[in-house]
Amino acid sequence: MTMRNNTDAAGADVAQAETACVNETWRAWLLSDQPHSRTQARLGCFYRTWAAFLENRLAVFGLAIVLGLVLMATFADVLAPTSPVVGGDLRTERLLPPSAAHWFGTDDQARDLFSRIVHGARLTLLVVALVALIATPIGLLVGTVAGYFGGLIDQALMRVTDIFLAFPRLILALAFVAALGPGIENAILAIAITSWPPYARIARAETLTIRNADYINAVRLQGASSLRIIWGHIVPLCISSVIIRVTLDMAGIILTAAGLGFLGLGAQPPLPEWGAMVASGRRYLIDYWWVATVPGIAIFVVSLGFNLLGDGLRDVFDPKAQK
Amino acid sequence: MTGTMAETASKAMIEVDDLHVTFGRGPRATHAVRGVGFRVAAGESYGLVGESGSGKSTVLRALAGLVEGWRGRMTVAGRVLGPRREAAFYKLVQMVFQDPYGSLHPRHTVERILSEPVAIHRLGAADRRIEQALGDVGLGPQFRYRYPHQLSGGQRQRVAIARALILEPKILLLDEPTSALDVSIQAEVLNLLARLKRERGLTYILVSHNLAVVAHMCTRLAVMNRGTIVEEMTVAQLRRGAPRHPYTKQLLTASRGYDRTAVDAFIDFAEAEAGSIART
Repeated sequence: MTMRNNTDAAGADVAQAETACVNETWRAWLLSDQPHSRTQARLGCFYRTWAAFLENRLAVFGLAIVLGLVLMATFADVLAPTSPVVGGDLRTERLLPPSAAHWFGTDDQARDLFSRIVHGARLTLLVVALVALIATPIGLLVGTVAGYFGGLIDQALMRVTDIFLAFPRLILALAFVAALGPGIENAILAIAITSWPPYARIARAETLTIRNADYINAVRLQGASSLRIIWGHIVPLCISSVIIRVTLDMAGIILTAAGLGFLGLGAQPPLPEWGAMVASGRRYLIDYWWVATVPGIAIFVVSLGFNLLGDGLRDVFDPKAQK
Repeated sequence: MTGTMAETASKAMIEVDDLHVTFGRGPRATHAVRGVGFRVAAGESYGLVGESGSGKSTVLRALAGLVEGWRGRMTVAGRVLGPRREAAFYKLVQMVFQDPYGSLHPRHTVERILSEPVAIHRLGAADRRIEQALGDVGLGPQFRYRYPHQLSGGQRQRVAIARALILEPKILLLDEPTSALDVSIQAEVLNLLARLKRERGLTYILVSHNLAVVAHMCTRLAVMNRGTIVEEMTVAQLRRGAPRHPYTKQLLTASRGYDRTAVDAFIDFAEAEAGSIART
C-alpha cells in the first residue's frame, strides 16, 4: 500500500517535473535571442511585454474588469435571469429592494436591475469599441500625415484639430446629437467625432520626434513612398502612445455616453443603457436608492477598470515613464 | 570610340560643382555649405575631412537628396540630379549613417529592415537576397530575426551596411560610419568596407573627422572648414605631412593627439576668417 502510494507520488512528481520542463522549453523558445522565424521573434517580443504587464497588479486587476465586461456582454442572454426590457407584475414587483430573487432589486417598471445591468454591458462595450474603432484611425491618420509632411498640410490639419479641441467634448457631442437626432448610434458617432483630436495631437508630436531620425532617412533613401513610410515605419512607433491614451479615455467615453443617456439624447427607452438608467432612477433616489445607485456603480467600476488598464499599458509601452 | 566613352564615364562617377546649402530663411538662415566642388572617379574612395559643423555631412546629405534648399550642380554617373530623385538613383547610391543606434528602426527585425528595400524595388527572391546580404557583412543566419536591441553596435552597423548593399548600388556614401563604435570594432567595420569595395568595385565618399580612418580608406581627400573646401590632396601628400593650408596643418597636429603647446597655438579659423571678411 505504502509502496503504491510512493510510486504514485513519484509518478505525480515526474509528471509535474515534465510540465515544468515543457513550460521551461516554451519560455526558452519565446525568450530566445536567436529566433528562427518572424513569428517567433514577434511572439517573443509580445511575451516580454506581457511579462512586464503582469508585474503590475493594479493593471492586471483593470484588465480583469475589462475582460469581465466583455464576458458579461457576450453571455448576457445566459447570465440574465429575466428580460431586460419586459418587466414583471407592476402591482407587486415594482421598486423591490435587492434580494435573493432580484440581486440588485427592481426598477419602476418592475424590471430586474441585474438583467438590465448585464445587458447594458453590451451597449457600453458597443459604444467603447465603436468609438475606439472610428476615432483612433482618424486621429492617427491626421496626426501622422500632419507631422510627416509639415508645412501647409500640417497647418491646415492642425487648425482643424484645434477647432475641434476648442469645444468641450460633451457640449459638441450634444450639438451633434441635437442635429442628428437622439439615439445610441448618433451618440456613438458624436462621441467619435469629438474624441479624435487629442489622438491626432499625440500622433503628430510623436511623428515630429521621429521623422528626421536616421532610420526614416534610410528608408527614404531606399525610395520608399510617403505612404509606405507613414504606415510601415511611423505608425508602429506612434500607435502605442495613442492606444494608451485611448484606453485612458475609455472612462471619459463611457461617462460621455452615460451623460448623453442621462440627458435623454443617447440610448432611448427601453434600452438598458447605464446612463439612462441612472436618469430614470433619479426620481426615486431618496426612497429607492438602488435604482440609480446600481448602474452608477457599474459605470464607476468599468471606468476604473479602463483607467487602471491604461496606466498599466503606459508603464509597459512608454519607455520614458519607466520606474 | 567606346573606349573613350567608358573612360570619360569612369573619370567622374560623381561631380559636384559650386554646391551651396542654406538652412532656414531670411535673417536666421545658415549658409552651411558655400560653393563646394569636387570630382570622384568610379571605383575611387574620396574622403571629406573637417571638424564638426564644417558642412561635410551636409554635402553628403545633399548628394543623397536628404537636404532641401541646395543650389549648384551635382551629377551621378553622368546624370544631373534634380530636387527630387527617381527610383533608379536609389539603386545606384546608398548611404551608411553615423549612429548605428539611430539608423535601424527599433520595432523592426533585421529581416524586416533588409526586406524593405527588396519590396520597394520589387526585386523578388527576398529570402535569398537577405541571406546573401547577411553573409556578405559577416553576420550569420541566427541574426536574421533579431531586433536591433538584441544587437551590439558593430553588429548594427553591419546590418546597416547590409541594408545599403542589398540594392547592389555602385556608390556608397559613408557618413562617419565608425565614429560611434569602439576602436576594435572600428577596425572590423573598416576592413569589411574595404573588402566590399574590392569585391564589388564600389565608389565611396567617406566623411570623417578622423584623419587616420580617411588615410586608411581613401586615395584622395578634401579638407573642409566653415562650409568650403580649403584644400584637396592625395593621401600620399597627407602621409608625407605636406599640407599647404594652415587649417589642414592644424587638423593634422590635432589628430596626432593632445599636445598643450600645439593646442595653445591653435587659431580659430572661423573667427580669423570672419575678421578678414570684415576687413575687406
